[in-house]
Amino acid sequence: MVNIFKIKRKAEEGLKDFLLFLLETKKIEAVFILTKFNNNGVGYSLVKDKAVLKESVPLYPSMPANGGKMLSTLTLREPIRHTIAAVLRPCELRGFVELIKLNQASEENILFISYTCPGVYPLSVLKIGHETKIYEYWEKVKKFEIPKEVRPTCRACEHFLPYTSDITVSLFGENIDKETIFLTNTKKGEIFAEGFAGKIYREEKKFDRLYEIRRKEKKKLLSELDEKGWGIERLVSLFGRCISCYGCSKVCPICYCKLCDFNSARHEPKLSTYENELSKRGGIRVPTGILLYHLGRMLHVGISCVGCGMCTDVCPSEIPISTIFLKIGSSLQDMLGYIPGKDYGEEIPIRTFKTEEFTEYTA
Amino acid sequence: MKEEKFSPKIVGFLCNWCAYTGADLAGVSRIKFPPSVIPIRVMCSGRIDPVYLVKAFLGGADAVMIGGCHPGDCHYKQGNYLARRRFALLKRIFENLGLDADRLKLYWISASEGPKFAKVVRELTEEIEIKGGNRIKEEIFI
Repeated sequence: MVNIFKIKRKAEEGLKDFLLFLLETKKIEAVFILTKFNNNGVGYSLVKDKAVLKESVPLYPSMPANGGKMLSTLTLREPIRHTIAAVLRPCELRGFVELIKLNQASEENILFISYTCPGVYPLSVLKIGHETKIYEYWEKVKKFEIPKEVRPTCRACEHFLPYTSDITVSLFGENIDKETIFLTNTKKGEIFAEGFAGKIYREEKKFDRLYEIRRKEKKKLLSELDEKGWGIERLVSLFGRCISCYGCSKVCPICYCKLCDFNSARHEPKLSTYENELSKRGGIRVPTGILLYHLGRMLHVGISCVGCGMCTDVCPSEIPISTIFLKIGSSLQDMLGYIPGKDYGEEIPIRTFKTEEFTEYTA
Repeated sequence: MKEEKFSPKIVGFLCNWCAYTGADLAGVSRIKFPPSVIPIRVMCSGRIDPVYLVKAFLGGADAVMIGGCHPGDCHYKQGNYLARRRFALLKRIFENLGLDADRLKLYWISASEGPKFAKVVRELTEEIEIKGGNRIKEEIFI
């Protein structure tokens, strides 16, 4: 049973109407939202001007950067000073919550608005003929189906219902051409929504069917990855193409280090290392250490991976990083019973411990 | 030409207060055990970033071990608990990626357990001798 209020406006317009209401009644100073520029692309902006807000595209099926990571750049040194609203996808919001736990962001003075997420298209897909794609996308959403060609991690995402948003816009299976359905998840959301649209009423919202579909897709995606088997040869074939651009780390919401340890002088191999390896193996890749970087990243951030899929999107060598991290991340998260970004109060598992655990791993 | 017998190289991260002292005691007591462990002294097992274990493994170590204080006895209160968690994550990743997780070991060895340290090294060396060398040594594109 959830608290609902709605208005008779097409979903994206209804959401923008709500944001305009919040601006006009001075409940918020600005909105952090996806905006279109030059009819050519989308990007996140902090917006105060109503005309600019009217042109924004909060539900556009593209993630040019992880919104949670972008929002954290605003709140890195201090919390935002005036109240703003932030419209984020569930995975972006979860990434933001993980960053809060890592002392890289603050949630103070932010009204979080999210929505049941159908997924985003890879950055390369939305370039040509995008108007038909956008139409197809929403047709699928209305029928509770997954739009074709969205990121693999989107197809397989079980966390499409945002956990920590104050207000959620319900999109799946709704009459999104005619009305906008808002769910209030927190008292804060209720207070902000007061005076916007009639009464808040309670209703049952079921997403079982969608969970089933997504879980099946996840199983399919991971078993496809497992098909070719695992071992050192497979790892080399997957990561061998890596050119060490560190793009994956740069776009990852959890990778917040300004200088990745693996990209620093500490991991620069010396000539003696190469000569050593030469005598040991008869040959060594130059530069060495690429597999170490990826395994290292799995150890450092895998437990908090929110499955946004930015990494695969930006990889110039087309390595399926997000799928591999979905496999590893899910495995580590299941092992510790942890869902990244679900609960502000739940500490990241590598920073806590139980006095009795994992006795099977100690010899 | 006489074939060289495979002699395992094991990298051991030993905590200063317990495992390293225990290893030292084994030496001073003249207990016999194979010289297969390359010891690296760290102040606490909690100081060990699991990436070091991966680096040793990828570098061709036939086995990598952590030696720490027994749970509850850590000189820094909870370092060994954190080490255990990180080690568990590493084991899980190795298992998922088809890398030989049996070559990663975590032992609790106190400062007075010289004989235990020797026993651990003896048994691990034997285990690795039977298993064979780390095949990663053949991989060039690392």
